[in-house]
Formats: sequence, structure tokens, C-alpha cells
Amino acid sequence: MDVARLATTLADAVRAGTAIPPLTDEVDLSVAQAYEVQDATLELLDPGGSRDAVKLGLTSRAKQEQMGVDEPLYGRFVSGAALDPGETLDTGALIQPRVEPEIAFLLGEELAGPGVTALHVLAATRAVMPALDVLDSRFAGYRFTLPDVVADDASAARYLVGAPVPAAGIDLATVGCVFERNGELVDTAAGAAVLGHPAAAVAWFVRKLAERGRVVPAGTLVLAGSLTAAVPVAPGDSVRITVDRIGSVELACT
Amino acid sequence: MVTADRHADALYAARRDRRAIPPLIESEPDLTVTDAYAIQSRFVERLLGDGGSVVGYKLGLTSRPMQELLGVHEPDYGPVLSTMVYDDGVELALDDFIQPRIEAEIALVLDRPLQGPGVTAVQAAGAVGGAVAALELVDSRIEDWRISLVDTIADLASSAAAVFGPRVVPLEGIDLRHVGMVIRRNGRMVATGAGAAALGSPLAAIAWLANTLAPYGVVLEEGHVVLTGSLHKAFAVAGGDRVRAEVDRLGSVACRFS
Repeated sequence: MDVARLATTLADAVRAGTAIPPLTDEVDLSVAQAYEVQDATLELLDPGGSRDAVKLGLTSRAKQEQMGVDEPLYGRFVSGAALDPGETLDTGALIQPRVEPEIAFLLGEELAGPGVTALHVLAATRAVMPALDVLDSRFAGYRFTLPDVVADDASAARYLVGAPVPAAGIDLATVGCVFERNGELVDTAAGAAVLGHPAAAVAWFVRKLAERGRVVPAGTLVLAGSLTAAVPVAPGDSVRITVDRIGSVELACT
Repeated sequence: MVTADRHADALYAARRDRRAIPPLIESEPDLTVTDAYAIQSRFVERLLGDGGSVVGYKLGLTSRPMQELLGVHEPDYGPVLSTMVYDDGVELALDDFIQPRIEAEIALVLDRPLQGPGVTAVQAAGAVGGAVAALELVDSRIEDWRISLVDTIADLASSAAAVFGPRVVPLEGIDLRHVGMVIRRNGRMVATGAGAAALGSPLAAIAWLANTLAPYGVVLEEGHVVLTGSLHKAFAVAGGDRVRAEVDRLGSVACRFS
């Protein structure tokens, strides 16, 4: 298992915008090794980047069962992955983009350690916001095993968040979410679709980093995981998420 | 209409004896939606002959998951009878039903009558006094839920029982499209959803109902309650199950099964 070689393969696929076969077709890869590949790939694509925007995946039981795993995964966005409100998504720069509706957390305090729970996350949260997570698996047809997708930075590509809103007084488990594409309803959900409570997913991330001896600094943005199944997007499409009392954000694709 | 009476008799007997019957369209493939509502109307007459009254309506097939489940592309409606209504926390006996499934919904209570045609969601909002969290138990008198649209319409839109939460919440400051819902069975989450799953909006759903009833001269009356449609895919329940739906801003509603 050659971390540097696998990282180069993935970084080249990102830069070229070309799909590759799953890494595990060729090599044995553990999840722990896959996170090393993720780190190395990020260093190639974004040397010295801040890694302060994070995304979580496999946060629904249905998806975990589908993948045969019992925990989520995380990825980090490279510098420049953030889209500003009103900016369009250039799908031509991506391989096979899909969009997921999510709730994002902006942490106001550092979080660290194996004992962090959803309550700690909520206490440390400065604001929440509606978010659209643009995935782009580097593996053809999104065919991958868990180590593949971990190495591939949780399929992270671009993201867009709405205006930050204090979460006080909003129950993020029951809060309603509406996901639309081209003005048509795709699906609805409540926050609990993300691991029972989206803050529980963020807490999982903090504990997972603690295993690797790392902390989650103040100012970190965490996209907590998809509320519905992802939808593919093509030029001309626009997608919108609305989260009750938190707001909505829309992304047009070119 | 002789065949309407025959089908209504068969459905009434199936419900009474808790013995499902084959789809109506197997014996009469040409049944139309209009025929089906005529059968439903005669079925309701027979039920009201045993007592009770119409206290509102339920909408069915209002969400894409439900439409996909049944392979149809339009909603339907059926009556809610006083004999089908239960309070929060009720224990229902599975033996009273044939093959029940449960759905969480947003129900609307009318403060004023609502009469189509031409009712908009905004006008509907003016007639609605408030919203309440609800669980609907659907049941099919048709074997194995092998229903076509006309089968379920004739069969009371598969309605069986409705459980309402304890609070009717005024709509001021609430956009029902965005109200979230989490339903749990025995404490484990089964599904989530939001109000927009009901025909885009529970208010659009009740407006659709008022407009659809108009040609029949039926008016939604003050005090009527309307179940606006499931916010998720219905699921089956077993004896001993406890089901609770939490509806954001409206509160929770629960029932048990024995």
C-alpha cells in the first residue's frame, strides 16, 4: 500500500476531471490507511490549506446499510471549494456532480476529545445554515467501497452555504427541510435524518479526529451530512434547499 | 347504479368481517374514478347507517413516495367518520383491522366553511383555524393492498382510523411546507419528512380537496378536520408496537397497538 502513489492517482483524477476505477480493485486498503491517502491527496491539491471546511457522509442508516458499514465518514474541502451565494456551479469542471441538501454548523469554540456529544456541539455552535454539498466521486458511476470513498475525500468537490443563523430555539432534529430541483420537489426530511440529530454527526466527527490526535478548531464549518438522497445535476439545472426558520439557498448549474 | 351498490356491499362486508376481497377492477375493469367515488359514497351511507357522522376528510396519495408505492399519479380523498377518530395515546387493536399501515400527517381544522371551485392555498389559509399533528391508520379492504386508484377510492381512500395530537396550533408564523416530522416505532426512527410532501403544501392539499368536492356540491364545513396526506412512506405495524410522530412546532402524537 503506497499512500503517495494512491494520492497522486486521485489528485490527477481531480485535476484532469476524469474518472478512475476504485482503488480497492488493485490494492488492499483499510479505512485508517484511506484517511492517510485523503490527507496526502489534500496536500497535493491544496498545499498548506486550512482544512477548516468539513463534510460528513454516510450519516443515514439507510446509506450505512447500503455500504455495509456502521459509522459515517468525513472529508475536507480544498481552498476554493466554497461557492458564494449567486455564484453558479461549473459542472464542466467536474466528472459526475451530484448535490445533497444539508445543515451546516459553524463552530464558535474549539472541540476536542473522545467524550464530545451532540450537546457539546450545540453549545459550541455559533450558527447554523442551509447548505448544498456538491459531490463529485472520482470513481466512475459512484461505484466504490468505504475505503475508496474515504480516500477520495468523501467525494468532496464544492459547497454553498446560506446566511448563518443562531440555532437557539430551533430543534434541529424535527426541523423540516425541503429539497427542490428546477422548482420541483425532490424530497422532504427533518434534521433527524442525519444520524438522529445533525449535531450528533458533528460530535462523531470530533471524536473521530480525537482518535487521530487532532482537535476541531473554532471557526470550523461542518456540513453535517445529507438529509435526502443525492441528485445528479447538469447544465441548466438549479437546486434549492429550504430549512425551516434557518433559510434557503439555491445553486444554478452551468 | 346497481354495480356501485354491489361493490359497496362487498366492501362494507369486507370491512365488517375483516376479510379482504379481490380488487374491484378484476371483476369490472372499466370502473372509472367517477364510478369509484359513487361506490365510496354508497359505502359511506352504509357505515353511517351503523351510527356516526362525517367529521372531515383525508387526502391520500399526495406524496410522491405514496404515489410510487401505489403506482398512481393523482391524489384521492375519503371521509373521516366520527367512529374512526381517536385521542392521542390510544391503544388500537390490530384485530379490528385487516392489514393496517401507519402514516404521520399534518391535519387542518376549519374555522370557517371552505367551498370550491377556485379555492387557492391562500384562501384556504383564511378558513383554517389551526394545524394538529396526526397519525392515520390506513387499511385496505382489498387483498394484499393490490389496489389501483379506483380500488382505493371506492374503499374510502383506504382510511381506517385517525389519531390526533392534543393541540390545535394557529398557523400564524408557521409555513406548513417547511414543518418537519420524525416518526418513530418503539423509539427507533423510521422516517422523516416535511409538510411539502403533502401535495407541495398542506394548504394546497386542502384547497385541492375543496375544489375537487365542489362539483358534487360538498362543502368543507366549520369544524371539519382534514388529514392532508402522509409525509413519508406508510409502514406496517405489529402487536405491541408504539408509534410516535413528532411534528415540529405542532407537537407529538402517539398510539399503541395490541
